[in-house]
Amino acid sequence: MENQNAVIVKNLVKTYAHVEALKEISLNVKKGELFGVIGPDGAGKTSLFRIMSSLLLPDSGEVNVLGIDVTRDYASIRKKMGYMPGRFSLYQDLSIEENINLFASIYDTTLEENYENIRYIYSQIEPFRKRRAGALSGGMKQKLALCCALVHSPEILFLDEPTTGVDAVSRSEFWEILQMLKKRGMTILVSTPYMDEASLCDRVALMQDGRILSVDTPAKITTAYAYSLVAIKTNEKYNMLSSLRMLEQATLVYPFGENIHVVSDKGKLTSEELTKYLSAQGMENWEIVEVAPDIEDCFIALMNQHVAA
Amino acid sequence: MRIILYLIQKEFLQIFRNKTNLPILFVMPVLQLIVLSYAADFEIKNLKVYWMDNDQSSASRQLYRDLTASGYFTIAGTGFDHAEAAAALDKNEADLVVEIPAGMEKKLVRKEPQQLQVIVNAIDGTKAGLANYYFGRILGDYNQREVAALQMRVVASGQPIARQVINVESSFWFNPELNYKTFMVPGILVLLVTMIGAFLSSMNIVREKEIGTIEQINVTPIQKYQFVIGKLLPFWLLGLMVLSIGLMVAKVVFNIPFVGSVGLIYAFSAVYLLLILGFGLLISTLTDTQQQAMFLAWFFLVVFILMGGLFTAIENMPGWAQTITLFNPIRYFIEFVRLVMLKGAGWQETRFFFAVIFGYAVLLNGLAILNYKKTA
Repeated sequence: MENQNAVIVKNLVKTYAHVEALKEISLNVKKGELFGVIGPDGAGKTSLFRIMSSLLLPDSGEVNVLGIDVTRDYASIRKKMGYMPGRFSLYQDLSIEENINLFASIYDTTLEENYENIRYIYSQIEPFRKRRAGALSGGMKQKLALCCALVHSPEILFLDEPTTGVDAVSRSEFWEILQMLKKRGMTILVSTPYMDEASLCDRVALMQDGRILSVDTPAKITTAYAYSLVAIKTNEKYNMLSSLRMLEQATLVYPFGENIHVVSDKGKLTSEELTKYLSAQGMENWEIVEVAPDIEDCFIALMNQHVAA
Repeated sequence: MRIILYLIQKEFLQIFRNKTNLPILFVMPVLQLIVLSYAADFEIKNLKVYWMDNDQSSASRQLYRDLTASGYFTIAGTGFDHAEAAAALDKNEADLVVEIPAGMEKKLVRKEPQQLQVIVNAIDGTKAGLANYYFGRILGDYNQREVAALQMRVVASGQPIARQVINVESSFWFNPELNYKTFMVPGILVLLVTMIGAFLSSMNIVREKEIGTIEQINVTPIQKYQFVIGKLLPFWLLGLMVLSIGLMVAKVVFNIPFVGSVGLIYAFSAVYLLLILGFGLLISTLTDTQQQAMFLAWFFLVVFILMGGLFTAIENMPGWAQTITLFNPIRYFIEFVRLVMLKGAGWQETRFFFAVIFGYAVLLNGLAILNYKKTA
């Protein structure tokens, strides 16, 4: 059982001056899994990733990656992992080729030796290999960073917000690459603030305020949704929001894309009651739309639960 | 070892790719050495004298001739009124006022003690000191020659100059013509090598922190010592290169004598640069941005430069300040370079300097590495 886990995190605590970034976090990631850590900015994702990749020491708790205690034997884990920080951290004044060659030689290998491993990604930026990294677009920078993180054929990959600030097309390309790497058996941990990327992971951990709210497959997280959810389509969003927020049975009311989502405890608020209430409020031009909760709904509900508790 | 070579290769690639680095490394030092060496002229000529001759005798006229013939003094004005003399000092028209009392010649003949007054404008302390010194010497010679047999006490700005019984003949060894450039050029070269080494190394390492590249390096299995060597060695080489260029300028442009061994200078510089790079490394571990590094390095360098003995002789500083200069690496390098270049000192005479600088280098690098381990 133990050796099926690529990452074991137990009771991890990290405190900066007066901020508790991580509050007793525990989590397991299986080998070969594409694992997402989802949460808003400031949730503690980066602290968690920096600790897992041996860049930061925790105050207490255990981190075990590929059977190696990261806090003690960081030298040997660094050979086996690839890490891509959220901020582009390659040499902007070196070309694509020079960056990759530099990191290859630091790992005592060469681009040629590992060409097959990164061919799929490298081939996309190879035409620009003489161009300096600083002159690349956001999407190309991400691909270059990924190449550098993969050039030594690591067994596990830590990606800290790889798609933040990258355009939609590059984002989906990037996820395709991750799926491909996963097929080859690589364990991948990726953090993201984008809820829509959660469904692309095998399992996700929802993180908020230094705590993990839930860990499961995206499907299970959505089916475990413990509330009834109704979406209302309207042109008068502001009035609709304010009148719905007065409704006692509605636990949560928030705008969601084009609609407004109304969350209530199961069986507490039927469509009829809602219709009646809105008519009584004198609202016009609206309709109730059937929706299934997605990860973001789950996240908002879990966050609310957490705050209430 | 292979990894260190790759890091050095990468570092040189980055250094030479940065367009501002090349002029900073190769053009600026040459220009600064030439400009500063000509500008830092400590010879003072044409001191302006306001001449008040109340005696109007042949003795006073002889002193006047001695004064003007010396080459150090020009007569800016003559008169008999104290107020006018004071005004000339006020308006900066005169650097010193010489007042010959009435009846000087008579008193000299009668072998009576005689005083004359010199008022020196001491706003510029160096100039005032030199004016006083030059005048004292001229007066001494005059004393010797003209009134050797007579009793005469002269007071120049309050300090009695004793009657010259023993004839003092000065000669300046190792720099016979008192060519200030011989004195300044090696010192300025030392400053340039120090500045380039300290600034470039501290800024370069902090830069990796500031733009985050150190993060990507830190997750690799690379060892800290490999990274540090890969960072410092290029600047060590560049420092020696700047030194070579500077020595060439010193020889070709200023024709500074190389009495001692050039090899010894290089050996010392090699150790000295270790110290300076350790200083840069220490600063880079204490700061997070290039701006902070710049300020911190600048703070120390200004103290080092001004108290290095180049602009103010260390012997002229108060005791506590002299103690401070014992911690100033520039002081040792300047002294060393002058000893070797001008005086031809060898290993025996300079062992002490090697020991101090080596110890200092070990200390600073040790501190830097301890601190580096803690922070990164």
